[in-house]
Formats: sequence, C-alpha cells, structure tokens
Amino acid sequence: MSMTRREFARLLGMAGAAGVLPATGFAAKKQPTDLYEVPNSGNVRLLHMTDCHAQLMPVYFREPNVNLGIGQAYGQAPHLVGDKLLNHFGIASGTLEAHAFSYLNFGEAAGRYGKVGGFAHLKTLVKRLRQSYGSENTLLLDGGDTWQGSGTSFKTRGMDMVKATNELGVDYMTGHWEFTYHQEEILNNVKAFNGEFLANNIFVTEDALFDGADEYIYDEDSGHVFKPYSIREIGGARIAVIGQAFPRTKIANPARFIPDWTFDIYDSEMQELVDKVRAEEKVDAVIVISHNGMDVDLAMASRVSGIDVILGGHTHDGMPQPTTVKNKAGQTLVCNVGSNGKFLGVMDLDIRNGKVQGYNYRLMPVFSEILPADAGMAKLIEDIRAPHMDWLSEELALADEVMFRRGNFNGTFDQLICNALMDVNNAQISLSPGFRWGTTVLEGQKITMEHVLDQTCLTYPETYVRPMKGSELKLILEDVADNIFNPEPYLQSGGDMVRVGGFDYICDPLQPIGKRITEMTLDNGERIDANKTYTVSGWATVGAKSDGPIIWDVVAEHLRDKQVARIEKLNTPILKNVADNPGIAGYDKLS
Amino acid sequence: MSMNRRSVVKAIAAGGALVGASVLMPRIAMAAWTTKAFEAEDQATAMNELLGGAAEESAEVTLKAPDIAENGAVVPVTVRSSMAGVESMSIFVENNPNPLVAEFMIPAGTDADVSTRLRMGKTSKVTAVVKANGKLYSASKEVKVTIGGCGG
Repeated sequence: MSMTRREFARLLGMAGAAGVLPATGFAAKKQPTDLYEVPNSGNVRLLHMTDCHAQLMPVYFREPNVNLGIGQAYGQAPHLVGDKLLNHFGIASGTLEAHAFSYLNFGEAAGRYGKVGGFAHLKTLVKRLRQSYGSENTLLLDGGDTWQGSGTSFKTRGMDMVKATNELGVDYMTGHWEFTYHQEEILNNVKAFNGEFLANNIFVTEDALFDGADEYIYDEDSGHVFKPYSIREIGGARIAVIGQAFPRTKIANPARFIPDWTFDIYDSEMQELVDKVRAEEKVDAVIVISHNGMDVDLAMASRVSGIDVILGGHTHDGMPQPTTVKNKAGQTLVCNVGSNGKFLGVMDLDIRNGKVQGYNYRLMPVFSEILPADAGMAKLIEDIRAPHMDWLSEELALADEVMFRRGNFNGTFDQLICNALMDVNNAQISLSPGFRWGTTVLEGQKITMEHVLDQTCLTYPETYVRPMKGSELKLILEDVADNIFNPEPYLQSGGDMVRVGGFDYICDPLQPIGKRITEMTLDNGERIDANKTYTVSGWATVGAKSDGPIIWDVVAEHLRDKQVARIEKLNTPILKNVADNPGIAGYDKLS
Repeated sequence: MSMNRRSVVKAIAAGGALVGASVLMPRIAMAAWTTKAFEAEDQATAMNELLGGAAEESAEVTLKAPDIAENGAVVPVTVRSSMAGVESMSIFVENNPNPLVAEFMIPAGTDADVSTRLRMGKTSKVTAVVKANGKLYSASKEVKVTIGGCGG
C-alpha cells in the first residue's frame, strides 16, 4: 500500500497547496522536488550516520513513546517523545517530519510515507550532498554499530558492511557492536575498510602486550589498539577527528571475544588529547565521532573542553538539532542521529581564522521512496544477499498489530520474543535484552525470518533455561534499571530495560538501585517470592556461552506455529513518579 | 626513556629491574602485626589496626579507578601522591568481606605511585590512604560492579 515516488511527490505538492501539511516544518518550506536540497553554507560539510545495525535494505522504524530522562536529563533532549519532542524542536504535527521524528500515528503514517533507509537510497543522498557542496570539502563519518544486526552481517562476520561502507565512501568510523566479532576478525575488517577506524579509548591490556599484541596494535608506547585521531585539511581548514568507541563494550557485550583490549571513558586523557591536537597539530576545529550515547556525550562535553562537535550515536536518538553544551573553553555541539539508516546528519561548519565561527545543521530522514536507489550500491547489496535469500525471505506469521522494539520497556516485538522463549523453551518466565536495534513490522505485514533476525541477530544468540530464585530475578532487574535510570550518565550503559515475559512489576525510576523494582507478580496473579525458584529462559548471555537453541530459531518456531502474531498481554511495568515526565506518552500503566 | 612499553612490562615480570618494583609485592613484606588489619571485616577497624586511626580527605592523594569495573575480579587502581615524606599507601574496598586490600611501603626517595588490581564482589567505595610524615590522608571513589550484559 505504500506510494510510488511520483505519487509521493505529487502528494507533497498538493498538500502544500491544500493545507494538508501545515506551512511550517521543512517539508512545507520547500518544493517537493528539493526536499533533500540543503543550501550550502560554511566551508566544511560533515555527513554523519550511526547505528545502522547492518540494515542494507529499507525498513520501517518506530521511534519510542517511552524514553525517560531522570535527574538532570529530565525534560531535556533526547528524553522527549511524541508532541513534547515536536514542540521542543518546532515541528508541526501531521507532517512528514513529525512522522520521521516521533512515534505518533506510526502505523498509518508509515503506510503513507513508506520505508526509510537502505544503503542504496542513502548512497544517493550522500552523493547528492557531497556533489552539491564540492565533494572535496565533505567528510562522511560513521559512529559505528554498522557491522551487526542482520543475517548477512552475521554470515559474513561484518564484512558485508565493510564493503557497503566502502561503497558509500565512509571516511571515518568508530565502533561498539563491531567488537562482538573475534579480535582477529575485527582487525581483518578494519584492514579491509577504506576509511580510518578511530578509537582513542581502547587500550591493549598489559598481559596481551606481553604475549605479542605489540605486533598488531597501532601504538605500542601509548597502548592504543587503533589510531586515536586523524588530521585532515579540508575546505581550507585543518581539522582533527577523534574516535570514541563505546566505553562499556566489555560490560554490555561478551568480553571473551576481545580478551586483549580494554575500554573506558577517560576524561583527563581526552582533555590532554584535545589540548595536544590543538597545540601541536594546530587544528582549527576538533570533531569527535562518538559511541558514548547521548547522555554520556552531553556529560563529557561539559567536563572536557575544546571539542567543537561531538557526532554521537549508541542511544539511537534522532535529534533534529544539536544540543549546545557550555564548558570552560566555550561550547560543544552534541548531535545524535538515530538508527537503522533512517537519518543522515548534515553539519555545515564555517571555519575561519582558526576557529568554528558558525554552523548550519539538518537531520535528514532518508525516505526510500523519494530517493532513488543508487545502481552500484543496489547491485552490491543484491550480491551480498543472494546466497541467503531462502533463509531471509521465509514468511513466518502475520502481524496483528505494529511490531516494534524501541522504548524503555517491552515493545510488541519484544513480547513476541519473550512469549516464544516461554513457549518453545518451556519456561515460566522469560528475559530478553533491552537492545535499541530491531526494525518495525506494520500491522498486516508478514513477519519474515529477516524481521526476526533484525531483532535478534548477534554473535552470541544461544538461549538458556535455568532455575532462578525470585531474589536473583530482582537483582537482574535492579541492575539493568540502574544502567538506564542512574542519574549519573557515566554509570549508564545506554540500553533499555530488560524485557520480561510471564510476570509484571512496578518500577519507580526515581529510586536508587535496589529500590526501583517492587511487586513482581506472575501472570497468574501469584507474587514472586524471593526464596522460591522459577524456570527462566533468556538469550544473549555475556558471561559464558549458553547451550540452548539459537534465539531466531526459537522465535521462528513459535511464529510458524501461531501463524498470526498477536499480543494478548504486554508485560510492561506499572510506572511510578513519571506521569509528568516529557519522556513518556501514550503509556497507560502509570500510578 | 629509551625502554619501550613491552620491555618495561617484561622487565617487571623478569624480576624487578626497576627501582621500586619490589613495592608490587606487598604481602611478602607483611609483618605479623598487620594480620589483624587484613582480617578485619569492617573498614574502620582495618584502618585503625593498620594505621592507627582515620584519614582526612586530601586533594594531594590521587586515586584512579574506573566508574564501572569491566571485570570485578581485576579492577585496575592507581594511587599517587606528590606529598613529601610518603611512608606508605594502602587501599580499602569498603564492601569487600575484608576491606583492606593492600599496603605498599614507600621507601624514601621513591615516587609514591603504585598500580594494582583489586577484586571486588559488588559496587563499593574504594579508598586510598597515604601516610606521610606520620599523618593520614585519603581519597575515595565509588566503583560500580554490574552483572553486565543487558539482563537477558
């Protein structure tokens, strides 16, 4: 039911005249034919993508209706949803832009405006934005989470995405899920990548150095595994690009794949590095391509001074404008550009007389039906996918409603996964990680194996079933809740709350660890007892490899059996003390 | 300094070619009177047994530790002080069953700069105490130990 490109353009043209689209917002400011034309300004154009999670093809992606900000983050970007987000950024509701940036009216609007992203369409947009500006004055930066998230990236160990980003022309990247392959595979991929892979915050461990890691690391004296920064003369300016990989990689993901490397946030070292490149390399601007997550980037920007722009990712926040953070040396712009190939950030910088004088920023939604596919990229994608099409294209069940993940608590697709774990693995309770990747399926669409892989495909996909005490279960929930609701950003890890099946609970995000989760109650109404043992199934264990079947096979088996994917009950918690939070909307379990 | 990083690491492993490398083995030098301190189950007792009192917070004690431990079994910690007359540096983990982790004796003329790894069972305040000219100075930091992953 989606429109063709011509119909779409016609609709936009008519809408402007007929008043269907209000006369504000970017869709209304321009003629439909120049939706993607950005007036040139400044002398350096940075194109920024992040967290595409290996989505080579166009997808649907629903933005969250729950993205709570606690403490200083209350009511601040990126912790705004729905109308609150639109009002904050001056976006008129009911527009194409409102659809791109918010969850509002998602199913219907997605049906009208069609899919987003897809590397062939993204390539067309990148090419246009480079050529219109003068390609030599542009850079394309990728914040990472590029090599994981699809069946083909899994099968090729991320190499399909290395090829795709080479074809796209990525100049610099950093990483997070890139580190869920084995060390040697990562190094191979980095070698095959035409751009530069930057990370100032990944060091080799001393044990590994002793065991010969000095043979492959970037700098034996500093211990940097990868090049920490790069200098580029561009548009008459000299700029530094620093890479900041996800600092919690070895906590959030299996440490066993990357035993020799260690990650963290090092504010004082970052400050020294910024001061050094400014003093010794005589740069006019310092750019950080970061995978910290937006809250951590905002905090880092306030603690470290001298960075002009942080191009951020990880938390999948599609923010229409950067946040300006004041610090000792002036200010830092912090951007975050969403996920799954849905957006491309365009930052035009005016760099003169040794400093950034001004900027113009646009976050462009990549609507696949408006942007024609680039032939070269389309061919590459077809070649990558061809050997796996039988696997990817199997239709498993009909979606009875919009199936999505993104949000602080269970999305509908998460509930499907939790139900599948209980059903197939024969468990009372199920747990599923609060990842922020995973695409959306519309009501009435067939859920394919590819959709299931979009939600589950990682390199440690084994499921488990094990007895767990009520007290252990609570400990897990408390620990994960603290990873998102701790008011100190450096103590957050950037994921959403663990998804649960088979029981409900009450959550008060404002409490400290140990006190947020109460009244865990099984679906049959029985209160979970701290000392009683329950059968729990889950997947994606980081400590050691589990021995159960692969998660996508579990979900597929469940869906094949059901034929219609229907959510009878969503195990989302009752939330306390957040009813007035601008980071929640359309959520009825509030107390 | 002409020695590269690898040679330094190898030199340490090979048995202390560096001045001050002996401070890396605190327990060997442990005298009988420290047993009570190492076996104490609360921090105040341990500190009292070892150092004879409590310490006052000082900006001249630098404690470097991660906000979140990558691995609770080996949490890297560095203690430094530029104060004159440093005699010893000790490290305490409040929520460990035995809070006193290590005491490093600093011989006169040695840089007061030690790094070690701690084992931590759960989130805790980590405290470094520097004894200089008979007085006790400290710095503390909370280190979070998490179960990791995303709970799945």
